[in-house]
Amino acid sequence: MYRYDEFDAALVNERVSQFRGQVARRIEGSLPEDEFKPLRLQNGVYLQMHAYMLRVAIPYGQLGSAQLRRLAEISEKYDRGYGHFTTRQNIQFNWVELKDIPDVLQDLADVEMHAIQTSGNCIRNVTSDHFAGATADELMDPRPWCEIIRQWSTFHPEFAFLPRKFKIAVTAAAHDRAAIRVHDIGLHMKQQDGTTGFEVHVGGGQGRTPVIAAKVNDFVPESEILDYLEAVMRVYNRFGRRDNKYKARIKILVSETGAEEFSRLVDAEYAAQSAHEKIDLPGDEIERITAYFKGPKLPTRPLESTAFNDARVADPDFDEWAAVNLHPHKQAGYTSVTVSLKPIGGLAGDATTDQMMVIADLAEAFGHDDIRVSHAQNIVLPHIAIDDLHAIYQQLQRAGLATANESLITDMIVCPGLDYCNLANARSIPVGQDIQKVFADPAYQRDIGKLHINISGCINACGHHHVGHIGILGVDRKGQEFYQISLGGRADEKAAIGEIAGKALSQEEIPAAIKQIIETYRSHRTSKDERFIDTLERIGHAPFKEAIYAAD
Amino acid sequence: MPLIKNNQIIDNIWTYVPDDAPLGDESHIILGLERFLAERLQQRSSNKALGVRLAPADDPEKLRPYLDELDLIEVDFPKYADGRGFSQAQLLRRRYAYTGELRAVGEVLRDQILYMHRSGFDTFSTTRADLSDVMAALDEFSLSYQKAADIREAVFGIRQKR
Repeated sequence: MYRYDEFDAALVNERVSQFRGQVARRIEGSLPEDEFKPLRLQNGVYLQMHAYMLRVAIPYGQLGSAQLRRLAEISEKYDRGYGHFTTRQNIQFNWVELKDIPDVLQDLADVEMHAIQTSGNCIRNVTSDHFAGATADELMDPRPWCEIIRQWSTFHPEFAFLPRKFKIAVTAAAHDRAAIRVHDIGLHMKQQDGTTGFEVHVGGGQGRTPVIAAKVNDFVPESEILDYLEAVMRVYNRFGRRDNKYKARIKILVSETGAEEFSRLVDAEYAAQSAHEKIDLPGDEIERITAYFKGPKLPTRPLESTAFNDARVADPDFDEWAAVNLHPHKQAGYTSVTVSLKPIGGLAGDATTDQMMVIADLAEAFGHDDIRVSHAQNIVLPHIAIDDLHAIYQQLQRAGLATANESLITDMIVCPGLDYCNLANARSIPVGQDIQKVFADPAYQRDIGKLHINISGCINACGHHHVGHIGILGVDRKGQEFYQISLGGRADEKAAIGEIAGKALSQEEIPAAIKQIIETYRSHRTSKDERFIDTLERIGHAPFKEAIYAAD
Repeated sequence: MPLIKNNQIIDNIWTYVPDDAPLGDESHIILGLERFLAERLQQRSSNKALGVRLAPADDPEKLRPYLDELDLIEVDFPKYADGRGFSQAQLLRRRYAYTGELRAVGEVLRDQILYMHRSGFDTFSTTRADLSDVMAALDEFSLSYQKAADIREAVFGIRQKR
């Protein structure tokens, strides 16, 4: 993983000092809240319903053990013993006091972490594939470019007061696990005639106006990508709408301008850059940064592990877990493990202090110190020898971290909802928990197969309901909470926005409605190999809608 | 309103004339972009020094042919959250090679001044910061990850020269 050099360290430490000064001015009174707001946001500090919240950046979702331990310590010292991993691969602490935040930031800086630009109308944390550098299905490792983009976008003087927030995601795998088509900019790495480059998608997003990004360029070579990104950002900064907060994202500029015209504007801006404006990223610097991501030297191991196979026979729960939570590694004898943060009846993405410590220890003992946060709010140990799985599993089980549900129906993305959030119209957490209870049986879940249910408590869509295979949106009807079901959304390379199935249902009706959808799928699928989303695509939405509303 | 340039408080010799107001007898006047374009020739013969004030939506490219005759461009930040002025400044300095005074006016906050300076502003008209604030703000970061309109080299390049 990337390590700070003296320049990165200096910048992060200087940021801590700067924010310490800003907080002091705020507390002493010379800096009013409305002027402090953009400053605190650009350091990840929100004013939430009950307290300040601090969002810490986990660039492209990668952590080392020392970093995760530090997050655990922060959760104990400044929060209430847990942290909340987010859909943008970050972590949030919900109970931090403003006066303590400069100290927390210093604690983070000491382990090469920060909260820079995790909120505010600026370029946010760059996200990526949580299996990057480990998965068998990637063309190359996207993380070096994520890091380069992180550096380029950090404290960018021109793009700190954009019309609205700006999110970039990068993937290099055929199967898109980074949801790049629902980002402001989505980059898909490619190779063309021996040159590395990027397919560029612009203007995707969720929120109240969900849009799948438009492809604006088939191939931008790596030597030109930062200049191209500057061109996109400048067009957006100059021409993005600022009259209405809800129309200010780049997706609205792209759709109102038209993707073709937008692309022409970017090309014109790019073509107008003079030589001295070019970013001029030295090739040696790309190599230097890439070298950090070479990954651990993994000793050769046999493809089959007798110890693993024997343990599966002896321990049925382990067998269940191993069948679900492992992802193919590029090297024989290894696998990537998903540590589910979605226990039945739990809070999606939450980890306690002790759980974070356990994961950090496991990563150190077995996982080459490499830990990832997935956008589905789980933790990944990307490089695990298959021989070690049973030992890891047993420790995870003791820590309450061995839920076998990765990408299954109970592995839901759920926003904090009305229980914690100012913006929400309805609760999300209990709805998710009620659904989990219906499908808690491991065999039933596995029979249903891969399926994403995403739940948001309001139209801001933090729970990604638009791109859930089944999406659930909480709405307020005359002071009553209701829930709208949508079908057919997906965030992968075939990204689509789900379609609303019909009238909203009450919280009590939701679990049964989901059960109806699932039973309809099970009765229509050609075999167990046909996933829910594929059956839905094949037979259309009508049978599912009928099933949901049959009881009326 | 204090006016700060090159770490010093300077006197303001310029007067902004709103679009609908008549010109007085001031020697240094600032006009809005469209009025400047319309009255430029006429005012040149009057011996007045001319400056231009850009509103956020103005296209600085319209000034490109006249940059040599301008001693001052003001960029207005009616709301601090509106960051279009940063792009206007970068264009003027880096693409159009404007070398005269570039002044940030409007809601110019202490904690924006570093980014403004990096984007090409050399003068700050602000009620929200005094001279020591501005000097402190400009000193908060010793390095930058990107090139901009100031003289700093990007970290990407510095590393390779070690």
